[in-house]
Amino acid sequence: MSSELRYTANTQLEHLHARYTGTGHADLTKYEWLTHQHRDTLASIVGHPSLASYLAIADGEAIGRVRFEMTERMLQPCGPPPAKDD
Amino acid sequence: MHLYNLTLQSPTAITHAVAGNFSGSRHQEIIVSRGTRLELLRPDVQSGKVATVIASDVFGSIRSLAAFRLTGGTKDYAVVGSDSGRIVILDYDPKTSSFVKVHQETFGKSGSRRIVPGQYLATDPKGRSVMISAVEKTKLVYILNRDAAANLTISSPLEAHKNNSIIHHIIGLDVGFDNPMFAALEVDYSESDQDPTGEAFNNAEKMLTYYELDLGLNHVVRKWSEPTDPRANLLVQVPGGQLASSDRYDGPSGVLVCCEDHIIYRHMDAPQHRIPIPRRQHPLADHGRGLIITAAVMHKMKGAFFFLLQSEEGDLYKVTIEHEDQDVKALKIKYFDTVPIASSLCILKSGFLFVASEFGNHYLYQFQKLGDDDNEPEFSSTDYPSFGMADPSFALPHAYFKPRALDNLTLVDEMESLCPILDSKVMNLLPNSDTPQIFAACGRGARSSFRMLRHGLEVEEVVSSDLPGIPNAVWTTKLKEDDPFDSYIILSFVNGTLVLCIGETIEEVQDTGFLSSAPTLAVQQIGYDALLQVHPHGIRHVLSDKRVNEWRVPQGKTIVAATTNKRQVVVALSSAELVYFELDLDGQLNEYQDRKAMGSTVLALSIAEVPEGRQRTPFLAVGCEDQTVRIVSLDPESTLETISLQALTAPPSAICIADMLDAGINKTHPTMFVNIGLQNGVLLRTVLDPINGQLTDTRTRFLGTRPIRLIRVQIQRNPGILALSSRSWLNYTYQNLMHFTPLIFENLDYAWSFSAELCPEGLIGISGSVLRIFQIPKLGTKLKSDAIPLSYTPRKFIPHPANGLFYLIEGDHRVRSDAASAQAIDDLRRQGKMIDEETVDLPSEVFGRPKAPAGTWASCIRIIDPVDAKTVNVIPLDNNEAAFSLAIVPFAARGNELHLVVGTAQDTFLAPRSCTSGFLRTYRFTEDGHNLELLHKTETNDVPLAVMAFQGKLVAGVGKALRLYDMGKKKLLRKVENKSFSSAIVTLNTQGSRILVGDMQESVFYAVYKPPENKLLIFADDTQPRWITATAMVDYNTVVAGDRFGNVFVNRLDPKVSDQVDDDPTGAGILHEKGILAGAPHKTQMLAHFHVGDLVTSIHKVSLVAGGREILLYTGLHGTIGILVPFVSKEDVDFISTLEQHMRTEQLSIVGRDHLTWRGYYVPVKAVVDGDLCESFARLPAGKQSAIAGELDRTVGEVLKKLEQLRVTASGF
Repeated sequence: MSSELRYTANTQLEHLHARYTGTGHADLTKYEWLTHQHRDTLASIVGHPSLASYLAIADGEAIGRVRFEMTERMLQPCGPPPAKDD
Repeated sequence: MHLYNLTLQSPTAITHAVAGNFSGSRHQEIIVSRGTRLELLRPDVQSGKVATVIASDVFGSIRSLAAFRLTGGTKDYAVVGSDSGRIVILDYDPKTSSFVKVHQETFGKSGSRRIVPGQYLATDPKGRSVMISAVEKTKLVYILNRDAAANLTISSPLEAHKNNSIIHHIIGLDVGFDNPMFAALEVDYSESDQDPTGEAFNNAEKMLTYYELDLGLNHVVRKWSEPTDPRANLLVQVPGGQLASSDRYDGPSGVLVCCEDHIIYRHMDAPQHRIPIPRRQHPLADHGRGLIITAAVMHKMKGAFFFLLQSEEGDLYKVTIEHEDQDVKALKIKYFDTVPIASSLCILKSGFLFVASEFGNHYLYQFQKLGDDDNEPEFSSTDYPSFGMADPSFALPHAYFKPRALDNLTLVDEMESLCPILDSKVMNLLPNSDTPQIFAACGRGARSSFRMLRHGLEVEEVVSSDLPGIPNAVWTTKLKEDDPFDSYIILSFVNGTLVLCIGETIEEVQDTGFLSSAPTLAVQQIGYDALLQVHPHGIRHVLSDKRVNEWRVPQGKTIVAATTNKRQVVVALSSAELVYFELDLDGQLNEYQDRKAMGSTVLALSIAEVPEGRQRTPFLAVGCEDQTVRIVSLDPESTLETISLQALTAPPSAICIADMLDAGINKTHPTMFVNIGLQNGVLLRTVLDPINGQLTDTRTRFLGTRPIRLIRVQIQRNPGILALSSRSWLNYTYQNLMHFTPLIFENLDYAWSFSAELCPEGLIGISGSVLRIFQIPKLGTKLKSDAIPLSYTPRKFIPHPANGLFYLIEGDHRVRSDAASAQAIDDLRRQGKMIDEETVDLPSEVFGRPKAPAGTWASCIRIIDPVDAKTVNVIPLDNNEAAFSLAIVPFAARGNELHLVVGTAQDTFLAPRSCTSGFLRTYRFTEDGHNLELLHKTETNDVPLAVMAFQGKLVAGVGKALRLYDMGKKKLLRKVENKSFSSAIVTLNTQGSRILVGDMQESVFYAVYKPPENKLLIFADDTQPRWITATAMVDYNTVVAGDRFGNVFVNRLDPKVSDQVDDDPTGAGILHEKGILAGAPHKTQMLAHFHVGDLVTSIHKVSLVAGGREILLYTGLHGTIGILVPFVSKEDVDFISTLEQHMRTEQLSIVGRDHLTWRGYYVPVKAVVDGDLCESFARLPAGKQSAIAGELDRTVGEVLKKLEQLRVTASGF
């Protein structure tokens, strides 16, 4: 979908994106996509008890520590965004 | 292929626990979440034992749990946040003993998603509202109230969303009866997402935000938001609010913000107080490493309150706040005690602390004191300038304490937990056992254990003593009807009877009125205060004044069988006649005028106990030599008339009628069961219809090789049946359902109930010439475990094919090995540092080991004798090496001598995976396998995560490469390699020249070794990416595997492709075939798929019953043990899947998760029927049961029988 369409024909889409964080769109950059992916994964680890336990055992940390570090990493999971060209 | 999934052992880990008065009585209970199960535990205030009251599968994943109580109420409700996209309020109904879903409000999609609430729950302390939040953005507030009929109501949700913000924690503030307020710990990422310089990221602030629910406006407003410590992770509620009766404030209100190294008291418009979290003063502790609080609990007492916070090392701290009304004067912290690291802590008003451990057993402690007047150093915010907040960006100086053994708490009870099961094997190693045992490597760190699990109930022997001869039966009896305990033990020998009196000691008595010169057939306390002895030549009725009324058998006849209860006696004579006696109102035993001729020798007799308030039981069961069982009436109107007859497959050896409650058959009244033991070791259980006396619903079970003996016993004041064959089994009612479980104990020849002051609920039994008094402490359990302690987290183990020993590798990340830490401490000593010996010598099972930086490993190889349950030898690994895989390999180059190959790596980092060097350590077995001799170490360039014996050589998965090694003099010699695997090889299986390779992320590859060309070729793979954790070969073409997200699935290769690959001698065909979808030329097909809900750590193809079919057994990380049973017939598949469909529509999930989407969480469920759901048919109300059974064209009994049969034939459980 072109950006033009997005702003004219389907004004609701903007609203939907705001509502459903993590939904992709046509102009998504690689960085944004990757950040979404990582945040989803990290949230999934925090949200599934067995996955959090698994990582805690592998890493030799307490589950609480694993959850905390995963949530912390959600702030910026893939480093700073690339500089814009324009 | 169709499979039936059945959980043998549900998860034992506890992920959340919350205390409250859920049943509305004065006693407090604990609701625990076991990930996919909800349980109500009741700690006994007197004995301190924790009992499970109910357990309920929720068919969903529980993510959060909270309790609340409406203002003025006496009963707590539980709120559950799960992956169902719904908030559920549960009420425990003590009458039906079940959780009742009071409200279920849908707010979003199902699944554990980033912006769907369910991760965090916070309740208002006055029970007026609840907030449910996601990890990001979404927060919903529900208002709770009562309607006119005092029922709980819930409002539609109010939003308190904040875009682009990550939520760390939420909590309900205690504000008394002001508008409810919630505090949240949030970080906004919108700026750091836009700033390429990274400055915004570095300056990102963690905000403590208050949300106020305006009850008048029905609206949530962001009341206050202030930055706090950027490493804050947890909020704790501080009591507040004014009492209605007085002007006093309960507390200052506000929150404790637990941060790395600090705890801050925070409230709107109030000064902050900051204190450091005290650390252990261990010489090897990494002082640069932060310390966080992972669990917290607040406890309010009359006029006071305190907090117990637990650090990630397990240390509990007591935190107190000194305040004058709403002004905080000081925040204080001191070390309290050390307990295992908890996922949740609960303090009960009765003075207990429940610690739900994140790994390993759970504990109940009792408070001895509250640490008020001890010498522990206390750290107060007043000791620091501006209450510790002079410069919030700088850390306060470290505070230290000395860890010590428990001082304020004492341990009162322990609940077993297998979590985590990291590897398992199923083998029959015990002598005299006809069923296999499950060997499991469990636990984490220094609290790890190696366990042997056996199907059966644990038996605790109280006392045992040798007897002069070999008795053939034993009884105990009271003297009077209302005696609390038994007085006599009667032992029957071949030629006599011995009576023992139970007093301070147990000794022989003479003048009991019992005939001692003949064996005894039955003993009964009859009437109010008389005793009865049946011997081959008569019946002796011993009155309380020791007068004896004797009934004698006619000349030339003897009594061959007898059965008695409090009012009735039936004996069978050698002439195949039945004689019936009944007690009249004067306490006289009267013979019924007629005798009944049976026509065939009577082998067994049984009558039930006299029902409460009745004169007699109306039925007698008679087992005859002509392989029949007849039900004979004892009703006065039709005395000794035969009512019904059942033919048997073998002569009966014992019969036992018992009234037992089985909610599957009748929810409210006990059902009369006729248990018939046959001489060939088969037990038949039939239901006796109380109206017409017909026998229906026969279920059979093979108990053992000896003729069965059946004894009616008392189990926790309920009737139970002990069935003795070559194994002893106990049939009893637990949580309203019938259980049938073997006892793990010596073979018993005879047994009886035993009740004395010291052992009120025991059993007495004879095995050979030994008299044993024992009790069964843990009813309801199916597996008994015997544990051997380990030093580090077990990773994998392998059995030796010949000597019955296990070889186990252990390894812990971020831990120094014992040798390395001793060395480091010695170095410090040499540098002249003072070492506190007490701290260094603390037992690591309790206190753990000091954390070392990432990349540090402690590891060893352990040799275990599983039968004697002991460690034979431990071989520690040095140089920071850690073991990851092992195999026993018969190297063809060494004449098939067995060698142990252990894959290790040095200085391993996990993410991204790296090591300075991997090694394949080759050991030779010495001293008959009790020791190992290192032959050589072969370097590898990556971590060898999987090794396996293959055609007299070794095949190893080293990172992405699959390699074949042969034995050499100084090293293993690499023969061939295939490097085209995608992430890392984690599992290997083989049959013939085929190797099945499980990849960490890309499912299972089928590879083949072609010796003529010396090539390892991949010829088939999977179309789906799978994060493999465990695999097993079902047959040559089929593989079953478990993945990291809790799925199990079966993949099969087309047999044509399989033949084609096998027929190709050089593999040239495969080599030149075109790959499909950027992978191998052939694809496997998925046959079955199922979401277990627990991460699968091992799978085996085994047979659990002697001579039974092979099934798939899997273990899960949280302690689950389950089986997948292949269906034998199409009819079974149709029947059970239709039943499953009906059960699904019953909406049993108490968290509101749709069953079909739960079992098809990641991939739609395929060809697997959920047996746990089907078995909950027994718990449905009778009306629903018969409706479903009607739809299936069966009776309820037939459906239950089919379900039991599936379980018993597959697992024996």
